[in-house]
Amino acid sequence: MDGASVSVRGLGKRYGAVRAVKEVGIEVRSGEFLSLLGPSGSGKTTLLMMIAGFELPSEGAIRIGDRDVTYVAPNRRNIGMVFQRYALFPHMTVADNIAFPLRMRKVAKAEIRRRVADALALVQLQDFGKRLPSELSGGQQQRVAVARALVFEPPVLLMDEPLGALDKKLREQMQIEIKRLQQRLGVTVIYVTHDQEEALTMSDRIAVMRNGSLEQIGSPTELYDNPATPFVADFVGKTNFLEAVCQSCNGTGLEFGLGQSGFIHLKECPPNLPSPPRPGDKMRVAVRPEQIRIFRPEDSDSPPLNGVIEAVIFVGSFRTFLVRLAGGELVHVQASTDHGIAHPQEGDRVGLTIPSQAVQFFPERRP
Amino acid sequence: MRAKPLAGSPFGGRPTSAREYGPGLSLLLVAPLVLLLVGGFLYPVGKLFWGSIFVPEATFANYGRILQEPLFLLVLWRTFEIAFVVTALALLLGYPVALAMARVSGRTAILIAACVLVPLWTSVLVRSYAWIVLLQRNGVVNNALIETGLTETPLRLLYTQGAVIAAMTQVLLPFMILPIYSVVRNIPDDLVRAARNLGAGSLQAFFRVTVPLSLPGVTAGVLITFILSLGFYITPALVGGPGTLMMSTLIGQQTTELLDWPFAGALAAVLLAATLLLVIFFRRALALNKGFKLG
Amino acid sequence: MANADLVLAERAVREKGHIASNTAALLAAVPIGLILFFLLLPTLIVIPMSVGTSPYIEFPPRGLTFKWYEAYFSDPDWMAATWFSLRIAVATTFTATVIGTLAAVALVRGRLPAKEYLQALTLAPLIVPHIVIAVSLYLFFAPLGLVGNFYGFVIAHSMLAVPYVVITVSAALQRFDPNLELAALNCGATRVQAFFHIVLPNILPGVAAGAVFAFLASFDEATVAFFISGIEGKTITRKMFEDIDFNLTPVIAAVSTVLTLVSLVLMSTIEIARRRSDHGRRE
Repeated sequence: MDGASVSVRGLGKRYGAVRAVKEVGIEVRSGEFLSLLGPSGSGKTTLLMMIAGFELPSEGAIRIGDRDVTYVAPNRRNIGMVFQRYALFPHMTVADNIAFPLRMRKVAKAEIRRRVADALALVQLQDFGKRLPSELSGGQQQRVAVARALVFEPPVLLMDEPLGALDKKLREQMQIEIKRLQQRLGVTVIYVTHDQEEALTMSDRIAVMRNGSLEQIGSPTELYDNPATPFVADFVGKTNFLEAVCQSCNGTGLEFGLGQSGFIHLKECPPNLPSPPRPGDKMRVAVRPEQIRIFRPEDSDSPPLNGVIEAVIFVGSFRTFLVRLAGGELVHVQASTDHGIAHPQEGDRVGLTIPSQAVQFFPERRP
Repeated sequence: MRAKPLAGSPFGGRPTSAREYGPGLSLLLVAPLVLLLVGGFLYPVGKLFWGSIFVPEATFANYGRILQEPLFLLVLWRTFEIAFVVTALALLLGYPVALAMARVSGRTAILIAACVLVPLWTSVLVRSYAWIVLLQRNGVVNNALIETGLTETPLRLLYTQGAVIAAMTQVLLPFMILPIYSVVRNIPDDLVRAARNLGAGSLQAFFRVTVPLSLPGVTAGVLITFILSLGFYITPALVGGPGTLMMSTLIGQQTTELLDWPFAGALAAVLLAATLLLVIFFRRALALNKGFKLG
Repeated sequence: MANADLVLAERAVREKGHIASNTAALLAAVPIGLILFFLLLPTLIVIPMSVGTSPYIEFPPRGLTFKWYEAYFSDPDWMAATWFSLRIAVATTFTATVIGTLAAVALVRGRLPAKEYLQALTLAPLIVPHIVIAVSLYLFFAPLGLVGNFYGFVIAHSMLAVPYVVITVSAALQRFDPNLELAALNCGATRVQAFFHIVLPNILPGVAAGAVFAFLASFDEATVAFFISGIEGKTITRKMFEDIDFNLTPVIAAVSTVLTLVSLVLMSTIEIARRRSDHGRRE
């Protein structure tokens, strides 16, 4: 089965005066795994429902491959879908659930039997065909839902928070299984989730949604390293935000003051700013916790930032230090656990440095 | 080749969501019901009322008659009187049963539920007949009274107002019990415990917590019982006599015996108006369209 | 247990409460028992009456006989009335269930103009006094030759029964997860296929309960049947009504017992099925 491209242009949905989705445009490449990521109410599920045909858009167009499906009935779109709570038919066995799309397509009986067996094997549920959905665990029900959505070899598979009902461990296992299945089959997947870790793990590209609009679309690394807005920086991964004022900008680099806390020195102008900042400009600075370097003050003559450790949180492979800067800001710093080295303790005075390439700048009060 | 949807129009276009059935399909689905209710209900009832005013010629004489003849005013008064007494008795008898039903559990609960539901499921005709068996001259009650020496000659119990009231109370009692039960059942036990904890005696806790919170159920039960009593036909027709004519039995008599159906129509209009006024005035308390609302 | 004291204390409190509520329960048990007896006696007294030997009504009955049942089953008038009622009830069950189920789907899930008025109209036959409906139908049917007529009865009883179907099916539809229907559409089913393959099997208990209500609403119906029966076409309830007035024999007790048993068996079945499915849902 080959994936098809999905093209969404200027898509909007109104419920009375409320605009649930506003002029969203996304080009999903064939065979791509695209996640729609956003908090609840961001319009990601409504967008998915419009692609599935369950909601008609108020404006805009949807194409699958070279076919305009904007107003095509949901049963004629030939899209697979995995629902949030699976929506398995409770009165049918697992095999009948998986056979249902084939029966609706009037596939011959023997052919149905063969393809249901194949689909069950695909999700490793060979021996469960005669069970009822209620007799399966959550993870097994999830796999049945995937099998039912893939059995008719749709070019596009939609998934609406399919792992939301599973516990963390099973969820991580299923993430890998689904990703592997998608790569093997080459099907285009549009995957709705509010879990940024899940989106980062599985996706080729992520579309971040907020208040019905598309905030940013890009690969996981693009989003992580170059978030276009503070919202993306905050929603994808953890970020420290600091208020800064540009103090100088010349050939040797830029310098930003953080009030009493110290300063940040950069060698070159940050890439996400359209024009170099001028002295006096107010900025929001975003820094990932793992990109800040922490060291004892005696190791450096004049560290740019000074603070006191308020708490140390041990998370196995790394630890997080909560550092209170001199100006009062609280900064999360993440450092990997190096054995044999004495780590700073609660109450220690420490210095912090921030590498140039690790910093994102956002003009204060974006319009 | 694309058809633009006409969103927002209740009659045209298609649904904007697959969760809804479109207006065309919905109208098609509901059409047989509308046909049945218009043809089998609205039209005949409307025709009766039309006839009460316009047959043989346009006049309110039939309605004037109700107000002028003392007999008919008496019947109207008696109908409300009986409905009132029946409702009061049903409340008096039904409230403790509803309370007990909500408080007990296990076998006792099933037993009480069965005692309430079995009469509800049994034909009204059968139960009214049973009251004749109980109350007639040589019936069960009279036999018991003579055997215990309370009376020497059988009493005239049947065809009295008392018989009508007793039988109607028994027939309508489940309609009082069930609404109260469904409200009382949902009062958390903790509220009564909290009241006790705050220093209320058990009687005080009952009258200041349980009773006020059960009022919505009481209102619904009282209204349903009263409305059903007003229009009840079978029981007063069988257990009552000429001296206990109610609106319903009077309508029946005018139609079948006196064949004065314009006047019967006027009587029916008065009865229906009384019923509908109660329903419309108290429709919130009755929560009639609860069955259609989500959640 | 770490807080065994607490558990003991709690149990003591609960037992003390129990003693208080036990006395209250005993005090309340007597009047409540009497009320329940008042509810039940006129319902069940017909059963012993129907097996007594005396041709007059007698209680407690002397002797045990089934001759009143024999009289009932061998009397052509009673049998004609019974069959007439049964045919009407079966036809009513079918029409009311089909019409009511379709309408419930539209009323719950559909996009309809004046939906609230339609809902009110649906419930109206439950609220309007049956005597008003009975007289209206009699006057409407008489000139059309529908008095004492099978089809006249089916129209009248379907109209009286359809609200019960709409109410039970609406309730079932509201418990039904609409995502299942979306899933069916997504699998390629049309609206009609989705309804018959997915929606209907899942709301079937509600439809069945509605059908039972409809059957009893017709079979036990007496007021309208009294007015629109004819000399030929006469229901079992009309025949009972007449015999109670003119010919009070224990045969009526036998017929009453049969009616009661039919009602109790049907209603207990759906009540038990309902409790079982409620129980299953909670697990």
